[in-house]
Amino acid sequence: MDRPLTEWILSESLPIGLKRYEALGGYEAARKALAEMEPKAVTQTVIDSGLRGRGGAGFSTGMKWSFVPLGPEVPRPKYLICNADEMEPGTFKDRYLLEGNPHQLIEGMILGAYAIESEVAYIFLRAEYHRSHQVLTEALAEARAAGYLGKNIFGSQHSLEIHLHSSAGRYICGEETALLNALEGRRAVPRAKPPFPPVVGLFGKPTIVNNVETLYNIAPILQHGPEWFQKRSLTEDAGTKLYGVSGRVRKPGLWELPMGTPLREIIEEHAGGMCEGYQFRGVIPGGASTDFLVSEHLDLPLDFESVAKAGSRLGTGTMIVLDDRTCPVGMVHNLQKFFAHESCGWCTPCRDGIPWIEKILEAIDQGKGRLDDIDLLHRHVKHLGPGRTFCAFAPGAMEPLQSALKYFEDDFRRHIEEGRCPYHE
Amino acid sequence: MLSDQEKQEIEAELAHYERPQALCIEALKIVQKHRGWVSDEAIRDVGEAVGLSPHEVDSVATFYNLIYRREVGRHVIHYCDSVSCWVMGCDKIRNQLCQELKIQPGQTTEDQRFTLLPIPCLGACDTAPAVMIDEDLHGNLNSENLKDILARYD
Ligand SMILES: Cc1cc2nc3c(=O)[nH]c(=O)nc-3n(C[C@H](O)[C@H](O)[C@H](O)COP(=O)(O)O)c2cc1C
Ligand code: SF4
Ligand code: FES
Repeated sequence: MDRPLTEWILSESLPIGLKRYEALGGYEAARKALAEMEPKAVTQTVIDSGLRGRGGAGFSTGMKWSFVPLGPEVPRPKYLICNADEMEPGTFKDRYLLEGNPHQLIEGMILGAYAIESEVAYIFLRAEYHRSHQVLTEALAEARAAGYLGKNIFGSQHSLEIHLHSSAGRYICGEETALLNALEGRRAVPRAKPPFPPVVGLFGKPTIVNNVETLYNIAPILQHGPEWFQKRSLTEDAGTKLYGVSGRVRKPGLWELPMGTPLREIIEEHAGGMCEGYQFRGVIPGGASTDFLVSEHLDLPLDFESVAKAGSRLGTGTMIVLDDRTCPVGMVHNLQKFFAHESCGWCTPCRDGIPWIEKILEAIDQGKGRLDDIDLLHRHVKHLGPGRTFCAFAPGAMEPLQSALKYFEDDFRRHIEEGRCPYHE
Repeated sequence: MLSDQEKQEIEAELAHYERPQALCIEALKIVQKHRGWVSDEAIRDVGEAVGLSPHEVDSVATFYNLIYRREVGRHVIHYCDSVSCWVMGCDKIRNQLCQELKIQPGQTTEDQRFTLLPIPCLGACDTAPAVMIDEDLHGNLNSENLKDILARYD
């Protein structure tokens, strides 16, 4: 099996049901693990596989699970949460999985919950994903009816309920501690860390939050083993990855490819290259809060390590292409408008700083900028950088801005010097 | 006052959470589903149901993009204004919507047919530009198909 995440998916509009999922070998891994493996051994298998979180930060999934205290003394219930908030602009990967093969998520969650000895799980779904909501509701009902959820799953001692929570819409809900507040019915502002959620999480109990794509990897890893998983990749970072491309390319879309597939192959082969009359100028590789990469990076293998070395982040792996007829200042302005709107407002640098940045960019975009605005933008990048705000939202917002200032400085200058946007006729 | 239907739906969710207060968002969504939007009265109703003061409920309601604290039309058009859609020309789509409906973002048509609101990335970036009307997603929009799509909602 080369494409463990998507091989069984027929189409987004026709999710595979329980019968077909089982006919293909689905739920075998969970059945076997719950009968034959200790929870710790499940975690160890995931550690050995080298799976890193697909939600953006790339933390070792097995390691995260191992931080959850085990045993009869630990406060109950413990929680497993699937982060299906997917609100990072440019990102459309989790939805594809959820709507194509919902049972693979449920099986991944059964295994994850077993590994951390959790009996209650939530799927935190972004509000706008109505179709996903319908597909998941049906799949959860199927699994319950078959006895795969509820008490004594597969005849084991282990019980699990999975609840589907549909959000009310706010980007910050995807940040894992803000998500916990949202699930508790509060404003979704992040929490201070430490304590970290694996020890003190939802309702104060040990909690694991994992991304959708991360959890889709779990059943295949248990089924085929850690070595098989590592061989799916071209580089050190194990597994496959869902890569997506949007923007002015011939065939925008989503593909499951070996981790470490080069940027050029994704854009030129899978996405069919640039549209007629458009040239490649750059790309935000992993959603709105990652640094631009440019032509010199086209041969970069897209995995966590390589992209980090090139000064950006793999992020969600769904990229947005900048072409030569689109204004980079306008694009960054659009991004900062999003961040200004979605800032949760909890800490001052982010709440006040990003709207300020947005105003500066708006002025430059309209040809009303001043030369010292560029310095001012650089200063903001510094003040909103890692460690200076309450959560990772603001540093993430600064990533596309700082790299645009680096790679497209001439464009900023031309707007200011010519007093207009050179991309507008 | 909560209707019996609203009460029932809220109670069904109660078993899913450790504390009733956690139901605040679910309850707001349930009430909005039945009433179209969340009025001050609805805020008080939800507060009573989940054991929070009206101020606490309002602070939650006003935080989230998809809780409407003002009356909306029969259909809500959410046009995506995030980055992929911007690259693919969502400004044109917005302008066309404003022109055809004779309203600005944030407003409702006089006949109460449509409310127009921006929304962050709809997760349909490979089919940008995209809009969501009520619960339906529409991608690959251009000036022609937009008209036909609008005609489906009356
Ligand atoms: C502002 C912000 C938004 C985030 N949004 C998401 C999201 O929508 N989905 C997601 O899986 N992770 C998101 N994350 C990352 C989560 O905080 C968390 O790291 C992740 O869900 C952990 O899962 P993983 O280890 O499986 O990747 C976001 C982080 C930040 C700072
Ligand atoms: S950095 Fe922004 S999003 Fe994060 S806590 Fe501060 S205000 Fe909220
Ligand atoms: S940016 Fe519009 S759907 Fe993603």
